[in-house]
Amino acid sequence: MNEVNIAADKIWNGVVPTMAEMAAEGKIPEILFWVGCAGSFDERAQQITKSICKILHYVGMSYAVLGTEESCTGDPAKRAGNEFLFQMQAITNIEVLNAYKVKKIVTGCPHCFNTLKNEYPQLGGSYEVIHHTQLIQQLIDEGKLKTQDGESFKGKRITYHDACYLGRGNQIYEAPRSALQVLDAELVEMKRCRSNGLCCGAGGAQMFKEPEPGKKEISTERIEDAIQAKAQIVASACPFCMTMLRDGVKHKEKEQEIQVLDIAEITARANGL
Amino acid sequence: MIAQLLFLIILAAAIFLFSKNAGKIRRNILLGKDTGRSDHPAERWKTMAKVALGQSKMTKRPVAALLHLFIYMGFVIINIEVLEIMIDGLFGSHRIFSKPLGSLYGLLIGSFEVLALLVLFSCVVFLARRNILKLKRFSGKEMTKWPRSDANYILIIEILLMSAFLTMNAADYKLQQLHFGHYLQAGSFPVSAWLSLLLPASPQSLEIIERSCWWFHIIGILAFLNYLPYSKHFHILLAFPNTYYSKLTPKGQFSNMPSVTNEVKAMLDPAFVPETIEPGRFGAKDVTDLTWKNLMDAYTCTECGRCTSVCPANITGKLLSPRKIMMDTRDRITEVGNNLDKHGKDYNDNKNLLDDYISREELWACTTCNACTEACPVNIDPLNIITDMRRYIVMEESQAPASLNNMFGNVENNSAPWKYASADRLNWAKTN
Repeated sequence: MNEVNIAADKIWNGVVPTMAEMAAEGKIPEILFWVGCAGSFDERAQQITKSICKILHYVGMSYAVLGTEESCTGDPAKRAGNEFLFQMQAITNIEVLNAYKVKKIVTGCPHCFNTLKNEYPQLGGSYEVIHHTQLIQQLIDEGKLKTQDGESFKGKRITYHDACYLGRGNQIYEAPRSALQVLDAELVEMKRCRSNGLCCGAGGAQMFKEPEPGKKEISTERIEDAIQAKAQIVASACPFCMTMLRDGVKHKEKEQEIQVLDIAEITARANGL
Repeated sequence: MIAQLLFLIILAAAIFLFSKNAGKIRRNILLGKDTGRSDHPAERWKTMAKVALGQSKMTKRPVAALLHLFIYMGFVIINIEVLEIMIDGLFGSHRIFSKPLGSLYGLLIGSFEVLALLVLFSCVVFLARRNILKLKRFSGKEMTKWPRSDANYILIIEILLMSAFLTMNAADYKLQQLHFGHYLQAGSFPVSAWLSLLLPASPQSLEIIERSCWWFHIIGILAFLNYLPYSKHFHILLAFPNTYYSKLTPKGQFSNMPSVTNEVKAMLDPAFVPETIEPGRFGAKDVTDLTWKNLMDAYTCTECGRCTSVCPANITGKLLSPRKIMMDTRDRITEVGNNLDKHGKDYNDNKNLLDDYISREELWACTTCNACTEACPVNIDPLNIITDMRRYIVMEESQAPASLNNMFGNVENNSAPWKYASADRLNWAKTN
């Protein structure tokens, strides 16, 4: 690591601005960072959240979070068939978002992303919604993020696991990959990738229930693809995929060989953040 | 003259019977609920041109795609020949297109022959894939005796039709060379010229062969047409409207039920005046709770199993098979339609799509990953049916699995699917 190159004020100090604080000062941030439930409460996913904060702070983008005013988007309820609960969540969230005059949102989770982007407009909540991998791609394209100051991924075999709600769900295949392409790493694809990508097993509210009886865990099936691709790092872009992929790695006892990292974490590390 | 009359009667009967049965399917599809699918016509035509006409989604499996393309092109192009056969049959003419088309006729007949051979070849390979190689995709618990036989019947019928077509041409070619009767010099026969070497030399026998093959071929086609409404092969017709009415919004976007919006808004704001929406149940218990597009999907399904072969639940041994969801939906709506015909409107057979056809275990195994909808070459959406049935189980019956009920409770009370206090939501920022 070569931290000397980074000015002290560009290193995130752990302070997270909230919309309420900003509003009290009469300010509206450029972008709202929608953290999501996993990003807020899941210990592993909190690391992804922090990496996103580090990146936002580093590039000097004015942002804020909703903090305790944020509430589940309703995605798991909707996929499980509880449309009532989903719309209750959606309408309540939309009231909060509209009250803060939110225009642009970046999410740390493809499920929040999909729900906010596609399912909120009809209910009165229209915002420009992007996923953090799209933001990272944009920052790289603008030259605001370089990969010269941080951890080197040179020669590492990295494979990207497509999150269903980014890939098939919203046709976002390139943004996460382009964030990896600047690393000088050895990028490999799993046999099932892009539109053929295999689900990690968490979607459709499966994250919150035991799987139905079968002969195998979906996460095991998926991590076998990564093992076959001889990947050292499995890059993910979704906190639920993260949980599932790590389960798969544990199940195959490959903790020493395979690391699961979010695109945001990889980007933050590569930039020495 | 008698032959012409006979042909006319057979043709009329075939068309009448087909219209009647196709009309029944249309009626069954329209038993479904309305769903707006007439927006963006330009984009819809484009989707149909690309996916149905252009077979764009078949290419994911190149071998099947190429063989299917042969059969598809054979079907579409050889139909020009069928048109000629119809006219000849009705007016007692022979190869009526040969004069007006001139040298183009030879080219056409030649290409039909090549296509017929390719169709023949593809059907043989497809039969082998199903019955000798036994590809996994063509098995599964929903692939019971009838679906398996149906697939084989289709392939065998096509082989017979193409063989009759080529043998007819071979006899015709040989008769042409003998300058026999009305067999004028017309067409070119790159395939059947070889076949003709196997045929007898006597013009009388040749004429019998030519005529029998002609009749076998055309009656076969008309019989096949009437087989379609009973078969998965109906996809050759429904693929076009079904892709036209595709879902155009992102795959990740699920519909927001307007009936629920009404209730939620009324709950949150007592002053809210709900729009009038016809009352009905939330979600789907039976096929008539589904939309007409769901039902059209079901009749369009050709049971290829691409959906099931990419389904993460199915791959890992769970009960769910998206293909079964579609086949069950089709079988049930057909049953509902038959009941309607037999017993009238008010009859209730006390059966439902849920439980009698599709089990809850299947429905709860879905990860909503959209692999099935992505894989379907004709844009069928099993996920939409699964979600709608989950909605019925959750909102009408409150019978979600206990762990999901816990999750619902957490979302409602703690604003997160887990049991963490809402007030702790920003605690992550305090721990570095």
